[in-house]
Amino acid sequence: MTNTTIIPAAERKLKNRIGVGTAIRNTCTLAFRALLKMSKNPEIFVDFVVLPVMFTLLFTFLFGGAISGNIANYLPIVIPGVLLMSSFTNCTTAGSKLREDVDKGTTSRFKSMPIARIAPLAGSLIADLIRYVMGGTTVFVTGYILGYRPEAGILAVTFSILFMMIIAWGLSWVFAFISMCTKTISTASAIGVVVMFPLVFLSNAFIPAETMPSGLQYFVLHINPLSRVVMVVRQLLTYGTIGANFWLTLYGTLAILVMFIPLTLIAYKRKA
Amino acid sequence: MINNNAILAVEAHSLVKTFGEKRAVDGVSLKIPTGSICAVLGPNGAGKTTTINMLATLLKPDAGDVKIFGYDVQRETQIVRQLIGLTGQFASIDEDLTALENLTIFGRLYGYSRKDSKCKANELLEEFGLSDAASRVLSKFSGGMRRRLDLAVSLISQPPLIFLDEPTTGLDPRTRSQMWQTIHNLVKGGSTVLLTTQYLDEADQLADNIVVIDKGRVVANDTPDGLKRSVGNSSLHLTVKDVINTANAAQIIERMLDAKVHLAEASKLIAPIDNIDKLTDVLTTLKNAGIALSGVNIVQPTLDEVFFALTGEGSKDKKEEN
Repeated sequence: MTNTTIIPAAERKLKNRIGVGTAIRNTCTLAFRALLKMSKNPEIFVDFVVLPVMFTLLFTFLFGGAISGNIANYLPIVIPGVLLMSSFTNCTTAGSKLREDVDKGTTSRFKSMPIARIAPLAGSLIADLIRYVMGGTTVFVTGYILGYRPEAGILAVTFSILFMMIIAWGLSWVFAFISMCTKTISTASAIGVVVMFPLVFLSNAFIPAETMPSGLQYFVLHINPLSRVVMVVRQLLTYGTIGANFWLTLYGTLAILVMFIPLTLIAYKRKA
Repeated sequence: MINNNAILAVEAHSLVKTFGEKRAVDGVSLKIPTGSICAVLGPNGAGKTTTINMLATLLKPDAGDVKIFGYDVQRETQIVRQLIGLTGQFASIDEDLTALENLTIFGRLYGYSRKDSKCKANELLEEFGLSDAASRVLSKFSGGMRRRLDLAVSLISQPPLIFLDEPTTGLDPRTRSQMWQTIHNLVKGGSTVLLTTQYLDEADQLADNIVVIDKGRVVANDTPDGLKRSVGNSSLHLTVKDVINTANAAQIIERMLDAKVHLAEASKLIAPIDNIDKLTDVLTTLKNAGIALSGVNIVQPTLDEVFFALTGEGSKDKKEEN
């Protein structure tokens, strides 16, 4: 660089807008960055590959006999359940990665560059989508190894993974917003855990609701939205059809997106 | 070429930024010609970083305007962003990635193709002496290496204007002078550099022009020599070994330096010295007079002395005209 002279400002042809093409390119580069960081971080590997496998094996062998009589009968219950668990316990971390960027100053640098403002956010969230697919695939592969053969076939499996991904992705915006607002990243993570874990387990993800005391049963079947999500997946995998629950959960997610995407953007711009 | 240099790299008028009750920047104006190095000097909390953030499109000024190479920062923001590079106080690069990965990603963000980004990345690593560490993950970098990489990232788009916010704070002396050399090289290539610093010697070493900021206001805007002249001379601190010789020594110094000598302690003499070369003569004369010394110190004007002089706080007596 000491040999090259800098092209003076007056000799440069410059435009005062960031086009859509640039925005897309920026988003892809930043999604790549997020994935690259992930690949170097073994923690992510644990969250989306090791833990799903572990929990699938654990719940299947531990509870299979007690709940369904044998493992083969339990698989149609537990596989969608672990899918739910792995997707939803991880939707709380999306926001913390962003917040980390903001806190560290990487966002300041991005802000001074001619890139689309939304690119860091969008890139990060695309990387998340890929993570969900990874996690979902791991769960089904493990299930397959254990003998799970969903009646509706591989198309239903793909659709289930995509459906779960959309719902979890939608919910992650809520947590992204929360992580922009809290004092520290760990507060946001704590909130995530405190909210999501009870929701995941106080549902019919692992246990048929009929076996629960009536008060809990009411909560599980009528209040907890995650139960409906699991039921959609079970219906998909067993019968290949979708029902009222599918539309209900989809519209619910849409409502969340409509509310929380703008909120998160505002909070991000203010913090960054 | 001459025409291009006629455009001011930075032209800021009466910038104001308030945070709640506090006026962090209170009417700062700057004019920086293309191809020069300007240092903004001031203590912590003076408003240096806030000023630079306004110039670098990170903060919106509450009042005042800024033009970078003639482009208005608030109305032509994206154009300005294509003309600047910014290195902040905290290295803002990814710890998990290697040096090469970091540089390549930023290259891509600036619009270079994958091949070009990698090429430029390697060039910069070579230039900053980081080629050997190219594939090393950042968490294994030393502080100095991180700063160098941070600077390399801000240069990837070869911007004509570079903002450096306290570039050598916290670095050891050797890394500091390496940084200074790098900064000099930047300007040789035609860049304009605006740096902020707390250190007078850094501003002195690097800058063509120094802007002194205190409490959000510009208190001086001058060349390094001009500033030092207005601040006062270096001080000679001399400690005599035997107290009896103090008066004699004082006389000699007064005569040779043509300046008033103060007696700081029983055997410590302080006198302003405008020409360091005279020191040799003073010491030789004292030796010939048989006066033994136990300590000699030349104290450079520090930032504190600059501030005492400029803001009128503290002793005005420090400014001694010769």
